[in-house]
Amino acid sequence: MTSLKTLLGAASTLALTATIAQADPALMYDLGGKFDKSFNEAAFNGSERWAAETGGSYRDIEISAEAQRVQFARRLAEAGANPVVVLGFANEPTLQEVAPEFPDTSFVLIDAVVDLPNVRSVVFAEEQGSYLVGMLAAMATETDTISFVGGMEIPLITAFACGYAQGAKAVNPDINVIVNYTGSTPSAWNDPVRGSEIAQSQFSQGSDIVFAAAGGTGLGVLQAAEDAGLLSIGVDSNQNHLHPASVLTSMLKLVDQAVFDAFSDGPGLETGVVRMDLASGGVGYALDEHNADLITDEMQAAVEDAKAAIIAGELSVHDYRTDSTCPAF
Amino acid sequence: MDITVIVQIIDSTLRLSTPLLFACLAGLISERAGVFDIGLEGKMLVAAFTAAAIAFVSGNVWIGVTAAVLASVVLSLVHGLASITFRGNQLISGVAINFLAAGITVVIAQNWFRQGGRTPSLSGDARMPRLNLPFADALRDVPLIGPLYSGILSGHGLLVYVAFLCVPLTWFMLFRTRFGLRLRAVGENPAAVDTSGVSVTALRYGAVAICGVLCGLAGAYLSTGLSAGFVQEMTAGRGFIALAAMIFAKWRPWPAMWAVLLFGLLEAVANRFQNIEILGLTLPVQAMQALPYILTVVILAGFVGKAIPPRAGGQAYVKEH
Repeated sequence: MTSLKTLLGAASTLALTATIAQADPALMYDLGGKFDKSFNEAAFNGSERWAAETGGSYRDIEISAEAQRVQFARRLAEAGANPVVVLGFANEPTLQEVAPEFPDTSFVLIDAVVDLPNVRSVVFAEEQGSYLVGMLAAMATETDTISFVGGMEIPLITAFACGYAQGAKAVNPDINVIVNYTGSTPSAWNDPVRGSEIAQSQFSQGSDIVFAAAGGTGLGVLQAAEDAGLLSIGVDSNQNHLHPASVLTSMLKLVDQAVFDAFSDGPGLETGVVRMDLASGGVGYALDEHNADLITDEMQAAVEDAKAAIIAGELSVHDYRTDSTCPAF
Repeated sequence: MDITVIVQIIDSTLRLSTPLLFACLAGLISERAGVFDIGLEGKMLVAAFTAAAIAFVSGNVWIGVTAAVLASVVLSLVHGLASITFRGNQLISGVAINFLAAGITVVIAQNWFRQGGRTPSLSGDARMPRLNLPFADALRDVPLIGPLYSGILSGHGLLVYVAFLCVPLTWFMLFRTRFGLRLRAVGENPAAVDTSGVSVTALRYGAVAICGVLCGLAGAYLSTGLSAGFVQEMTAGRGFIALAAMIFAKWRPWPAMWAVLLFGLLEAVANRFQNIEILGLTLPVQAMQALPYILTVVILAGFVGKAIPPRAGGQAYVKEH
């Protein structure tokens, strides 16, 4: 299996080097695939928007195995792509290794921080967006039990869970928040069967709203919620349209904006850490025609108040990643 | 632990065991006839894709299931052609089928639906309906019988019941029919079967075809019953767990059922309890999720006693002149 993938990977990198034009930006997706209707797809939408608005062309590539991260990132840089946008926390070591080899190429890493002169690190305040959807869940639940399905148990995903629990407990201190993770290997991001089973087990424990932060696995979670006639919360992209009137809202993470900005800034873009939070509009919650009937005016008003308070600095949401503890667990 | 938790876990166990059970019986029949089949995983994967794709296009899950069975049987016959007719190495042929399936499903899905190697989500009639057994609602509140009948037995897709029905059927076929006797004989001593004037080739092709049908049902249930659509590599090693269960059960149908139920139970428990405390020691979620695989290793490393495969297993039959 792995050897076949390596072969295919080698073939595709050859094709890549042959066709890429000079100084086009490039995008490397994380595991889970370009069309995961979530994290990667948001990046794809951002680059498509850039291509449509500027008429430029870009190169993108999907990885199918851990071993391809370094190999593909290096190929993209070697082929002259600039800037090279790399998605996902797991690529932190990738850029640690590849970025110093290409000092004239600008790299953008999304979801993790690499401190190198030619790397822009984009991180999101997931805890703030999750806080808001946690509040919505706590106001919408009828059983006073809500739940969370994460992909792997890593600080990034626990930050989602922690923000969600904090928001829910701000509304109702006695609420029960069930937190589960799908697995401990990368397949945890792409196992809708297990996602659906975990969601069903949470429903049997009384949960009536489930928040999925698990990439492609989340599709199974959302499906299970609709099958059970309960509510779910999507992640990263706006997933409200996947199951109208069953997806309560989606925790938005504007990966598309981050990719769009990087492509627009072009080669030699400003490096350093860029933090996308509520104040900069980098995270938020989704409200559209698909969930208009689920979110009442009072719910929206309460969330907007909290949002304003967070932006003004009156309310601070604890970020799990700062000290690996969560006040709401 | 209260009754609802137990009901939920057993309910989940039945669902998760179903694809394993089909695949396990498929491997069992094929190997009883002397044809090793490493390619269960690949056949399930192709069937899962075909079921989801055809069900989406036609809007009818049963057309999808039929197509999945056909696709899986075709792959089985390829395996048969390579290992029975051309006397190739059965293991290599099986591995080749796994490779082929992993690649071809994604390539076709990408070209067809342009969604990154997955099929669109299925809904309505394109998904396997859940059957409510008669009187399930009426009996729901009866103590003991209610949770057992309404909570556990009722409310699954049709293929779950078919899978468990296949256990006595397989047993009956193998041990109570002439075809079964010959099938077992061909796996133990094909020369004797040949001498008595029965075609070894025909019997082995028959077994391989049945194996294809069962793998097709396994894959179809995975993509249309357990989830709503196909995603890349969605079998996630279930074909190999089924092989392990088959060896664990020493190539016998009833023990095979208990073996897959054990694997299904472990997966259900890992999904339900992510951190278990035993004697003040907390087992982390990773340990729970690794349990089925650890168990496979432990079991196969000798806990089952001596597992003796059919004597002519893995060998192509060459007629003496």
